[in-house]
Amino acid sequence: MSAPNKSYDPVEVEALKPEEIARRRDEALAAIAAAGDLEALREVKVAHTGDRSPLALANREIGALPPHAKADAGKRVGQARGQVGQALKARQEELEAERDARVLVEEAVDVTLPYDRVPAGARHPITTLSERIEDVFVAMGYEVAEGPEVEAEWFNFDALNFPPDHPAREMQDTFFVRGAKDDEPSGVVLRTHTSPVQIRSMIDREPPIYVICPGRTFRTDELDATHTPVFHQVELLAIDEGLTMADLKGTLDHMVRALFGEGMSTRLRPNFFPFTEPSAEMDMLCYVCRGESVGNPDRPCRTCSSEGWIELGGCGMVNPRVLVACGVDPEKYSGFAFGFGIERMLMFRHNVEDMRDMVEGDVRFTRPFGMEI
Amino acid sequence: MRVPLSWLREYVDLPAGETGRDVQAKLVAAGLEVETVEQLGAGLKGPLVVGQVLAIEELEGFKKPIRYCQVDVGRANGTGEPQNIVCGARNFRVGDKVVVVLPGAELPGGFAISARKTYGKVSEGMICSASELGMSDDHDGIIVLPPEHEAGSDAIELLELVDEVLDIAVTPDRGYCLSMRGIARETAIAYELPLRDPALLDVPAPNSHGYPVKVADPIGCDRFTARTVTGLDPEAHSPIWLQRRLQKAGMRPVSLAVDITNYVMLELGQPLHAYDRSRVNGAIGVRRAEPGEKLTTLDGTQRVLDGEDLVITDESGPIGLAGVMGGANTEIADATADPGTGQMVGTTEVVIEAAHFAPVSVARTARRHKLSSEASRRFERGVDPQAASAAAQRTVDLLVLLAGGTAEVGVTEIIAPSAPHTITLPADHPDKVAGVHYGRETVVRRLQQIGCDVYGADDLTVTVPSWRPDLTDPNDLAEEVIRLEGYENLPSTLPLPPAGRGLTERQRLHRRVGRALAGAGYVEALNYPFIGEEVLDQFGLAADDPRRDVVRLVNPLSDAEPALRTTLLPGLLGALRRNHGRGEHDLALFETGLVFRATGDEPPAAVLPVDRRPTDEQIAALDAALPHQPRRAAAVLAGDREQAGWWGQGTPVSWADAVEAGRIVAREAGVELIVRQDQQDPWHPGRCAALLAVVDGEEILVGNAGELHPRVTKALGLPERTCAMEIELDRLERAGTGRVEAPHVSTFPVATQDIALVVGASVPAAEVETALREGAGELLESLRLFDVFTGEQLGEGKKSLAYALRFRAPDRTLTAEEIAASRDAAVAVAADRTGATLRGA
Repeated sequence: MSAPNKSYDPVEVEALKPEEIARRRDEALAAIAAAGDLEALREVKVAHTGDRSPLALANREIGALPPHAKADAGKRVGQARGQVGQALKARQEELEAERDARVLVEEAVDVTLPYDRVPAGARHPITTLSERIEDVFVAMGYEVAEGPEVEAEWFNFDALNFPPDHPAREMQDTFFVRGAKDDEPSGVVLRTHTSPVQIRSMIDREPPIYVICPGRTFRTDELDATHTPVFHQVELLAIDEGLTMADLKGTLDHMVRALFGEGMSTRLRPNFFPFTEPSAEMDMLCYVCRGESVGNPDRPCRTCSSEGWIELGGCGMVNPRVLVACGVDPEKYSGFAFGFGIERMLMFRHNVEDMRDMVEGDVRFTRPFGMEI
Repeated sequence: MRVPLSWLREYVDLPAGETGRDVQAKLVAAGLEVETVEQLGAGLKGPLVVGQVLAIEELEGFKKPIRYCQVDVGRANGTGEPQNIVCGARNFRVGDKVVVVLPGAELPGGFAISARKTYGKVSEGMICSASELGMSDDHDGIIVLPPEHEAGSDAIELLELVDEVLDIAVTPDRGYCLSMRGIARETAIAYELPLRDPALLDVPAPNSHGYPVKVADPIGCDRFTARTVTGLDPEAHSPIWLQRRLQKAGMRPVSLAVDITNYVMLELGQPLHAYDRSRVNGAIGVRRAEPGEKLTTLDGTQRVLDGEDLVITDESGPIGLAGVMGGANTEIADATADPGTGQMVGTTEVVIEAAHFAPVSVARTARRHKLSSEASRRFERGVDPQAASAAAQRTVDLLVLLAGGTAEVGVTEIIAPSAPHTITLPADHPDKVAGVHYGRETVVRRLQQIGCDVYGADDLTVTVPSWRPDLTDPNDLAEEVIRLEGYENLPSTLPLPPAGRGLTERQRLHRRVGRALAGAGYVEALNYPFIGEEVLDQFGLAADDPRRDVVRLVNPLSDAEPALRTTLLPGLLGALRRNHGRGEHDLALFETGLVFRATGDEPPAAVLPVDRRPTDEQIAALDAALPHQPRRAAAVLAGDREQAGWWGQGTPVSWADAVEAGRIVAREAGVELIVRQDQQDPWHPGRCAALLAVVDGEEILVGNAGELHPRVTKALGLPERTCAMEIELDRLERAGTGRVEAPHVSTFPVATQDIALVVGASVPAAEVETALREGAGELLESLRLFDVFTGEQLGEGKKSLAYALRFRAPDRTLTAEEIAASRDAAVAVAADRTGATLRGA
């Protein structure tokens, strides 16, 4: 037992009495519990945990205690302050949650309000469909080739084995360009197909050549529901050793599967084009009815008029005469080509009923097509 | 070519139940484009019978004269009593044989016939016209039949009303299919049935008694057969079967001699011409026309001939355009009553021409005179020269048979010698083309089927038939084999191209530009490139503006738009106006595409040979003949750029949107545009920006943007304050900086300084900005103009530009002194260059 502390101050000791500390603590806890909002809690916090609060003051007294009493008193005050602090924190969180809930409710808006501040733009479906077709072939290793829209007749006709005065030239109602001198034919036309790009590709490149030629083409048709004088084609040209019609068929089959889904196929029918020999007309299986509407009046198909097939375009093996005109050795190389109109494909792929919708630039037509097709 | 199934069966013994659709499927597979199968007489139900008109009562008091007739229909009506029929036509007399449809019958188109009251009488049926029976479009009265047909007999059979007609679009290489003979040959092959070739006729050998013919141009005309028939009965008419076949094939019966030549042409594919011998003066000749010579053709048009036109002549001059159309001066005369004697007179003697003319010559003449005829269509596409004498014989036979004529013994035949065309091809060539193993045997058999003579083992020597001038190359023969073996039997194999390089930079740029503009709210419109030069006037372009250097078309669709665009704006503004007119007022449109600029001294493009690759010089010369065709992008705006809504006010479109559209495009090309004040039509002189880019160290103009001139919006009927931007992608592409250098991202603190500079109102903000950037030096991270202010306190002609400057160093926190020094340096340069003063300083 150590000697009593002579400097012990009975008045100050009062604050450190266990009952007193418990009372102060209970007062604080009660006040915390009673605080109705964050503002009240802030006041409670100042009153019961601030520098002038009874527990803080009590804490200050500990230093004056004799050493043997310090630990005890310190523990008691510390525990009390800890309890108050925890209660304060808990109440703080509670009140903040209440406030947040209230404020967030007040801040609620009608999220169904429209926000068409700047209406969406869109690319023309002819452009995006053309790109989509290009991408099918680019993925296979083909390259995209382009050429002028105003083109020399030699590229548009002669090199493609349209002899002068051959009726085939007249099959393609051609826009002729006026010469610099009025009385002299210019020898220049608006290209009637993208085939001159094939010629340019063969002249510019060495085989093997695998290109796809998309672009604008022109024929003197009046605009109506199914014709337009300005239209778009995609043509493909493959020149390599040993290419066959079976390869042409396989390439077409691949394309329609890529664009219209598995199970699609194509059909070839003999036809005539000066630049291909043999030549064929190509049809694709109707992607809607898959041929099921044929002879089945209960299930008529609007897309193919219940024919089962949709006419797509022309194709064939590149006429060796064309190869010769382009300096490609027909003894060594053979090739195939096909071409079709994008407008037509857009019409049956997206149920466009009138060609004019594609040429008039009405934003109501174009907007729904967005960025890709 | 319209092919009646009943006629086709004459040459091929098709299975009895075979329908037009069946034949269609077979021929389509063989490469003939059978577009439709017309069902003649579909829905037709009798009784439809021959009647004889016994009496005619004219009914008066109606808007048009009406006849009430008693017609003998034999026992077809069950009673044998005459049938009472009201009829509006007048082209018949008592005693004529007509076609009567009786009550209970149904005409094509679901027209049910019953006895009904009309014009105050009960009509027990109807006397029919050709159009009512679906025979032709002939509305000229009712059908009057030749007298030999018995009243009461079935007219459905007599008039061959029920049939199927295949309508075939013949491709230009298949001239032989413009004949029944050719179609029958394809049908026979498709069905593997024998063909009864109508050209296999006994033809007498040529002799010296025939009508004299001199061919002065054996290249233009390598074959000329002339036959003469005399003693024709001018009153003889074409029998019903002949008329019906012509009608079904789409031709109008005219007169017996003409009908026969048309019939033989349809049958054998050989165009024929019949001259009235009494009107031909002396020997017939074939020569090139004298330039300026005149000929009135059968269509009544007088034509001035070109030195290249091949003509048929007699001693008086041209009597026909060879292979295109005959002349009116030797036309066969219709039978008419001689006003003096009352006797029927007309052509009684004819000279028949069956000749072969060079396709190119006929094509040129037909095009030169804009005169396409049944004959020229066939000659252009190739007529079998060997069929000429058979065709002449067939014509003679029919004239003798049907017109009571007598064939003269004289047979003229002038033939320029020519060797048959042969092609050598390896027997496995079709296999190589198709990617299928057919084998030599199949190849030979298929080639023989189409009429070729084939010799040889590994290398085949193939002589092509005279009717197939289109077969010239090994691949032509390969196609014949492959199509007859069936395109549908081709396998499907996928060739593997060598690894590709994907899209080019240029192609990627074009796609990016489209996406960026669409992403900014612009809608793409693809406009026609046709313009009228009037729009360039409306744009206010000066006379020497390069945008007036248009490329013009020889044959524009519309005379109002004969030129090609030199700028994208006319088309795009047209689309804007159209949308506006349809009730869309807040519009942002764009287009990318080619414009066309004539240099004015393009040489004509040469026609180069096709038997070898042209030289690079030749190709360069062709390219030089083409106008300049750069690719551009353009955007136009009207109405609100941002719509008003619950969020607040809308923002009307402005010049700034147009300039920004230019920046959007340029950004995709990796180009920071330089914007300068400009004055350029069709823009507002005070609201027009020049868009420039640096190419090879030099600033070049790449486009313009701004608000359109109010005069232009008015002239074009556009919404007020329409804005527009146009930029040349090809130039922009050259200005691209290429690879982006990654910036160093400093994590040291930023120091911001706001300054307001007062400058003269006309000082461009871009200049102030450039000066500030230069003056601020390396520590400047970014600079942004955040306010433009004008007001009294600044004084007249002044504006205040407020900038936020952000400074940051890569390696340290900047001191206040460094920041102030940089800012002061920036202001100093701006002051020096633009006279700017720091506001409030």
